[in-house]
Amino acid sequence: MESLSNKKKQLTVKPLNFWERAYLPAIMSGLAITMKHFFKKPVTIAYPDEKREFSENYRGMHSLKRDENGAERCTACGLCALSCPAEAITMQAAERQKGEEHLYREEKYAAVYEINMLRCIFCGLCEEACPKEAIYLDGDIIPSDYLRKDFIYGKDKLVEAPLNQ
Amino acid sequence: MELADIAIKFGLIIVIFLISLVVAMYSTYAERKIAAFFQDRVGPNRAGPGGMFQPLADGMKMFMKEEIIPTNATSFLFIVGPSLAILTACIGSAVIPWGQNLVIGDKVIPLQVTDINVGILYIFGVVSLGVYGVMIGGWASNNKYSLLGAIRAASQNISYEISMGLSIIALLMVTQTLSLGEIAAQQHGWHWNVLYQPVGFLLFMVCAFAETNRTPFDLPECETELVGGYHTEYSSMKLGFYLFAEYINMFISSAVMATLYWGGYNYPGMDWVAAHVGPVIGPLIGTAVFFAKIFLFIFFFMWVRWTIPRFRYDQLMDLGWKVLIPLAIANIVVTGIVITFLN
Repeated sequence: MESLSNKKKQLTVKPLNFWERAYLPAIMSGLAITMKHFFKKPVTIAYPDEKREFSENYRGMHSLKRDENGAERCTACGLCALSCPAEAITMQAAERQKGEEHLYREEKYAAVYEINMLRCIFCGLCEEACPKEAIYLDGDIIPSDYLRKDFIYGKDKLVEAPLNQ
Repeated sequence: MELADIAIKFGLIIVIFLISLVVAMYSTYAERKIAAFFQDRVGPNRAGPGGMFQPLADGMKMFMKEEIIPTNATSFLFIVGPSLAILTACIGSAVIPWGQNLVIGDKVIPLQVTDINVGILYIFGVVSLGVYGVMIGGWASNNKYSLLGAIRAASQNISYEISMGLSIIALLMVTQTLSLGEIAAQQHGWHWNVLYQPVGFLLFMVCAFAETNRTPFDLPECETELVGGYHTEYSSMKLGFYLFAEYINMFISSAVMATLYWGGYNYPGMDWVAAHVGPVIGPLIGTAVFFAKIFLFIFFFMWVRWTIPRFRYDQLMDLGWKVLIPLAIANIVVTGIVITFLN
């Protein structure tokens, strides 16, 4: 039958010649290959002693950013939660009271902001969706833990450290 | 025999025993380091400088671990197995000539525990006893995987012993003696037997790999097929003895290969060196050369381990019975013809 793509190739297995059957030349070339590796530099990164630099666009733990005055940028618009394909983000909005202007940039803010790190797939869509440049995945690896509830990160873990403290 | 002679002999035995233990101990470290280098890794480097104390730590761990004897195992044989393995591995070193005679004053100290005139046969006898260690261990475990592993190990060792014995016969036809001391002495300078018996050496080496259960013939320890092979049920130092016996066997078989084929303690220009440095340093240099050869062989064992994949069991048997034995017989015939026509 004519093949559809005309890319079909008939392959044949040639019988081995004497030297191939003798097996020893193949062993020799194999030994040469491993010997080359013997003199190569190790590629190991001895982890606790040295850490590998992450790439520029590495997506690690989330952080909620502050503006230049130290107020939280997040306005609890919910776009990050909406764009999250894993539905890892939940939040509760609250209204800014008088005297809290230095804490929150706009009238609305996130009173509760939680990311379930077990659900998060670190796709970065929240980062892209945010109109206020409030969330970035610029942190480290999520540390391991024993309990599932400890992987739900609240504002205490997510919000950036205050500017001048 | 004088008391001094007995003391010297005893000291030599102790020294050789300790050397083979230390070499085996550091072979485990070398194995891991060399494996790492072949795989572009670093290898053990936590214990001491460059991981030098790793074997001590491993040994300590082996001794401290809980000793488990399965309820349905034959406990006596269960203990005899690893003991036999390590015992037979250790006593092989008795007939290996480690160097020329040391001459101190009017005393002549041979650097060989005993130069029995059937040295090679002794080595073969001891090596074949090693199979009992494996077989008894596998049997006494009362575990079908262990038993299968042991049977495989035993049949592999016995099969390769045949071609090993046949490969050595051609060498014996050349050297006309069974004594290892005599064979080593005959290869004075650069008259190494490997130049006269290259095929024999190749056969012997392949069989040595199989006898020491090293890759590519390490089927007794197929963890993917047989859980762990003959030592599945073993724990703590009893397992350690089995593994240790393998390393001692590797050391002894490297020494035997170096003695039989690669000139033992001989090296080109040794007479000139001996005339210049005296009758004590000269033989010691020879011993150093011998150890260098042994270490090269041990390195080769490890080098091959990271090069060639493990054989399938039927391939292993095919190689042993259909390739190595006919080749060895052909080698004997060719050697016989050459000897007949040259003399």
